[in-house]
Amino acid sequence: MKFSYFPGCTLKNKAKDLDRYAIRSAEALGISLEEIENWQCCGGVFTTARDEIATKLSSVRILKAAKDKEQDLITVCSACHNVVKQTNNAMQNDAEFSSKVNRYMASEGGYDGSTTVYHYLEMLRDIVGFDALREKVVKPLSGKKIAAYYGCLLLRPGSVMKMDDPENPTIMEDMIRAMGAEPVIYGNRNECCGGYVVMESPELAKKKSGDVIRNAKAQGADMIITACPLCKYNLMKNGADVPVVYFTELLAEALGVKEDTNE
Amino acid sequence: MQRIGVFVCWCGSNIAGTVDVVAVAEALKKEPGVVFSTDYQYMCSQAGQDLIVSSVKEHNLTGLVICSCSPRMHEATFRKTAQVAGLNPYMVEIANIREQCSWVHKDMPIGTEKAIILGKAAVAKVNLNAPLTPGESPVTKRALVIGGGIAGIQTALDIADAGFPVDIVEKKPTIGGKMAQLDKTFPTLDCAACILTPKMVDVAQHENIRIFSYSEVTDVKGFIGNFDVTIKKNARFVNEDICTGCGDCVTKCPQKKVPNEFNLGMDNRSAIYIPFAQAVPKVATIDPAHCTMLKTGKCGVCSKVCKANAIDYTQKDEFITERYGAIVVATGFDPISMDKFDEFAYNQSKDVITSLEFERLTNAAGPTAGKLLRPSDGEHPHKIVFVQCVGSRCDSCAEKGKEYCSKICCMYTAKHAMLTRDKYPDTEVYVFYIDVRTPGKNFDEFYRRAVEEYDVHYIKGMVGKITPEGKKLMVRASDLLDGKQLNIDADLVVLATAIEPDKSARSLATMLTASMDTNDFFTEAHPKLRPVESPTAGVFLSGTCQGPKDIPETVSQAGAAASKVIGLLAKDKLKGNPCVASSDELMCNGCSSCEKVCPYGAITYENKEFRMPDRTTRVRRVASVNPAVCQGCGCCTVTCPSGAMDLRGFMNEQIMAEVDAICK
Repeated sequence: MKFSYFPGCTLKNKAKDLDRYAIRSAEALGISLEEIENWQCCGGVFTTARDEIATKLSSVRILKAAKDKEQDLITVCSACHNVVKQTNNAMQNDAEFSSKVNRYMASEGGYDGSTTVYHYLEMLRDIVGFDALREKVVKPLSGKKIAAYYGCLLLRPGSVMKMDDPENPTIMEDMIRAMGAEPVIYGNRNECCGGYVVMESPELAKKKSGDVIRNAKAQGADMIITACPLCKYNLMKNGADVPVVYFTELLAEALGVKEDTNE
Repeated sequence: MQRIGVFVCWCGSNIAGTVDVVAVAEALKKEPGVVFSTDYQYMCSQAGQDLIVSSVKEHNLTGLVICSCSPRMHEATFRKTAQVAGLNPYMVEIANIREQCSWVHKDMPIGTEKAIILGKAAVAKVNLNAPLTPGESPVTKRALVIGGGIAGIQTALDIADAGFPVDIVEKKPTIGGKMAQLDKTFPTLDCAACILTPKMVDVAQHENIRIFSYSEVTDVKGFIGNFDVTIKKNARFVNEDICTGCGDCVTKCPQKKVPNEFNLGMDNRSAIYIPFAQAVPKVATIDPAHCTMLKTGKCGVCSKVCKANAIDYTQKDEFITERYGAIVVATGFDPISMDKFDEFAYNQSKDVITSLEFERLTNAAGPTAGKLLRPSDGEHPHKIVFVQCVGSRCDSCAEKGKEYCSKICCMYTAKHAMLTRDKYPDTEVYVFYIDVRTPGKNFDEFYRRAVEEYDVHYIKGMVGKITPEGKKLMVRASDLLDGKQLNIDADLVVLATAIEPDKSARSLATMLTASMDTNDFFTEAHPKLRPVESPTAGVFLSGTCQGPKDIPETVSQAGAAASKVIGLLAKDKLKGNPCVASSDELMCNGCSSCEKVCPYGAITYENKEFRMPDRTTRVRRVASVNPAVCQGCGCCTVTCPSGAMDLRGFMNEQIMAEVDAICK
């Protein structure tokens, strides 16, 4: 099965592990991720300014590229996914926005919002299936107590992301179970890590990330997984004394495709 | 030719503020058939009605047009006036120039023009009106009360005391409802069981009351005075008539791991059970989903220990049909599900509980024998946080909760907080609120006692997140008056959950053709003047099925509903509505279209002999309307392809004349 794949800027430098283990694991599951050509930054958090058009164009181009190849689009970074999915939603439901965008893009052909966007986790759940994943696991992570950290961007706004219940999600926990480990449920798993506030107020980010780490450990976690490079950065920088890894890395380990040599 | 009088009402400034009533009266004077036209400040007042009566006599009027408020408001009033004046009451037409005109327009010329048009339409109709005489139907002197909580109990007792037989249908194995689960009641703090259970016994012992417990209404046919109701008595696998309620079967039943719904799943019961010690009827019920004998055919312990031989594993559901003159809906409420409120961690921690669960935890007959202990580890909690408005007043999250105020939560939370501090002075108690709403006799005094005498920390602000951490619940909240974020490490959190109508209400409303609002609360016939009657004749409303209420209000409404029922059952015959459908048999082609659309089952078909113009006879299949069942909705008249069906008082001809007058 082939999909268009959008990694995003961070996955090409700081978060290479999120990217390469995603591709490798997908291959092990019989899925080929075809990276979109000449992609640009998704637009980052700037796109949350609703009256902005220019910063959302790169997301629209990503969506259009997938559509031109008649493929569904897969993303893996929480922030990119949020931006791309919200932009797609605006193209579908906000007539004023989509007509403005299409005027900007007149010379390259329009886009109608028809691309289906999956987060990598949704691909695991809805396309591969967690039962099928369980069967592909060659190195079960038995005995590990793993805390899934969702952060805020992956699930919200719930009415647009439609991935899982934003207040009581199960998708990563189900994945952890499929890999043979034990998920740790803790209340702060869907709270903010501090995000970009770390630039302005490191103390606040330290408090927010600290709350997540403390809560996860108090509930018995010996590892935290995430889909977001910024979450990982904040948790690591703010005193995480348990490993914080990308979920794709753990997946690659369970599927037996994680190489030990550092590139 | 009719001699029509037109009476234009000012309704104070309600109509006269945006409609030039003098101009309306003047304009309508010129309409065909109108011989007299005038205006008056309050046409519905005695003086206004006298004006109508004297004008009828003075001008020999044969028909009346009243330009006033909605016919829902005063049509009956003016029909009576016409009768006093010696006219047939159906010679009156109302032109609604208030709700449909003056109240919706701001501009006097536009309002006046529209009022004139509405008046012209009414005049055109009255020109074609014919006197109508209502038929009569008998009244079955027995009432049905659906729901056996405090509302249903009170209504049933009041009707029965007046000498009429009453049946209560309750879907649970016992009557008592939610009140039976409560510990104490605000603001007097008397024990709920002490004031409820004697009433339950009264019901059981009353010669005029029959209780159908563990039963449901499955079908309702008929109309006011004559409802034919089918009641399904679910098989309880115990013969109610011989079970003595001794409880031997309950003690000996080997299947003891069934979540006890009476204690909201906080402890277990056996597969054969009596919900609580004061249950009425006090008989055992076998839960077929958990009984080993019924599931596998192997066990039979209860049957062996029963000295009365009351156990009957072969019992089947039983259907009973009975005729009633009046039906009272008293289906009550349920707390909403907390599934969509996971920010409060209800599904993640046993120590986050609802207020109803708190009632059971503090009730002497509850799972902890009245000791306030944490459900997770049985330890005494020292810091307790109460959260109000969980799911109530949710205007921004209507898909999760309810937009309305659930009304009872402020008071019961004050009660919980006060009682906790009274019994356990070592606890620290916080209450988070949006507003504290305490309108009611002695209510605000009660709440202030909680704050001033019992040192309950009332904090204006909402809880944003509850995080279970170890043995603690980390509560993050805002203090709006102080502009601060608070973090409280609580031992127990109590959520004041919104209440919603019982799930069975909607299907029941369909059976009764009784209307509901968008929240599934039953609609009253008039929100102020007829609050205990449903718009469907003969159906009355009691308790929280109509809207959130506390116990004193529920009991008052229950009594009011009973008095309406008594007023109805005291009559021997009821005057029907003469505005019913009738079929022109010569035009009817027997196609059955009308029968299919009739929501009341009022239309049947019969084979009738007709003499043809050539003097032969022919048997044809034609529609026939039962005027006692027909409610005059008019569905059949618009469905009939041959135009044979017509509605008295709203004949096709009359409606067309109105349309012509408007379009002229």
